[in-house]
Amino acid sequence: MTARAVTEATFDQEVLQNDRAVLVDFWAEWCGPCRAVSPILDQIATEHSEKLDIVKLNVDENPGLAMKYQITAIPAMKVFKGGEVVHTVIGAKPKPALEADLAEFIG
Amino acid sequence: MRDIIIIGSGPAGFTAAIYAARAELKPLLIASSVEIGGELMNTTEVENFPGFPDGIMGPDLMGKMQAQAERFGTEVVYDDVVELDVDGPVKRVKLGNGGEHEAKAIIFATGSAYRKLGLPEEERLSGYGLSWCATCDGFFFREKTIAVVGGGDSAMEEATFLTRFADKVYVIHRRDELKASKIMQKRAFDNPKIEFVWNAEVTAIHGETQVNGVSLRDTVTGEVHGLDLDGLFVAIGNDPRTHLVHGKLDLTSEGTIAVQGRSSRTSVPGVFAAGDVIDPTYRQAVTAAGSGTVAALDAEHYLAALDDTDEEPAAAEAEAIRVDEAVAADLARVD
Repeated sequence: MTARAVTEATFDQEVLQNDRAVLVDFWAEWCGPCRAVSPILDQIATEHSEKLDIVKLNVDENPGLAMKYQITAIPAMKVFKGGEVVHTVIGAKPKPALEADLAEFIG
Repeated sequence: MRDIIIIGSGPAGFTAAIYAARAELKPLLIASSVEIGGELMNTTEVENFPGFPDGIMGPDLMGKMQAQAERFGTEVVYDDVVELDVDGPVKRVKLGNGGEHEAKAIIFATGSAYRKLGLPEEERLSGYGLSWCATCDGFFFREKTIAVVGGGDSAMEEATFLTRFADKVYVIHRRDELKASKIMQKRAFDNPKIEFVWNAEVTAIHGETQVNGVSLRDTVTGEVHGLDLDGLFVAIGNDPRTHLVHGKLDLTSEGTIAVQGRSSRTSVPGVFAAGDVIDPTYRQAVTAAGSGTVAALDAEHYLAALDDTDEEPAAAEAEAIRVDEAVAADLARVD
């Protein structure tokens, strides 16, 4: 399952109003580590679809949200719950390390 | 069991794979899970790789190397090696997903990792204004004031690249001259947005949730002063990535894997090393590629000797050394 894309138009409904925990992957085409972590996030999305919703936000196309959430490094993975950021992971990591970082949401 | 496993997916690893695959050794290349392609994946234009007169983007070059390796039958696995057993004739590689592979020979080409400043606040501010990847994070510093630490080619490239976004880029360097190549120096000197801070060492990074400045110590006078910044990019060099082989392969005093003479042979028969992990000096994409070639040819000789003698690898290693001596004798004649 490929994590679906969200935009400034859909962010409110898909992320902030979402009843479940949502991980937003802030990424860009020109970021090598973002491209590396993307398939890993897709796998985690598939394996834990009942617990954690995973979406992607392209910072090039949605600079307003990148600024709002003070993104200064990507990939930045922020977990939202009830409209608030409750957890942040920065930088591409191997799957086991990422799963460990996200344990409270997918465990 | 395979003939050969290559660990690493930079220029050394993929070049070794091209040679090994063309020798019909069906190499398995373990590319890592998130650093596929190695250091060049985080660079922009590569202008010094022969054959590309107009330059080539680092990620494009690595994509081409991988395609060339796969064309001849290299199998690429996107996972990390978590354990390596090199004792004895059968080498074992354990992967992050739990998978295991065995081979008669290993080429170790894990490259190097960004060196850290060694400051206690580094971990906390990493990703919050402190970065090791200008191509990833420069975008977020539009119209900001930032600094690059370092004096080599990577530091000059990053500083020059970052002027696309930032209003002002300081280059902080410990000495009063640069190690960077002349062309990279000139580009940085000629750039009106770049200002050099010479003889300066970063002693602290400031900021609670986001970098807002650094403390600099003058390496000549010892004086300490502050510099307000929105971001800090670190490019102070790399350290060979050897943690998988500590206590298993001999290292040099510089921390690289020790190899015999101009060969790629490590202290353990059947284990070869190539690229930045054996090179404390040159560390170029093209020298790494050359080094990968050496490793593939050495491994090929080793495997051929194994087949010939059908004996213990010790005999094969002795054979490989004889081959190497013959090569050395040839070289001596050429000289």
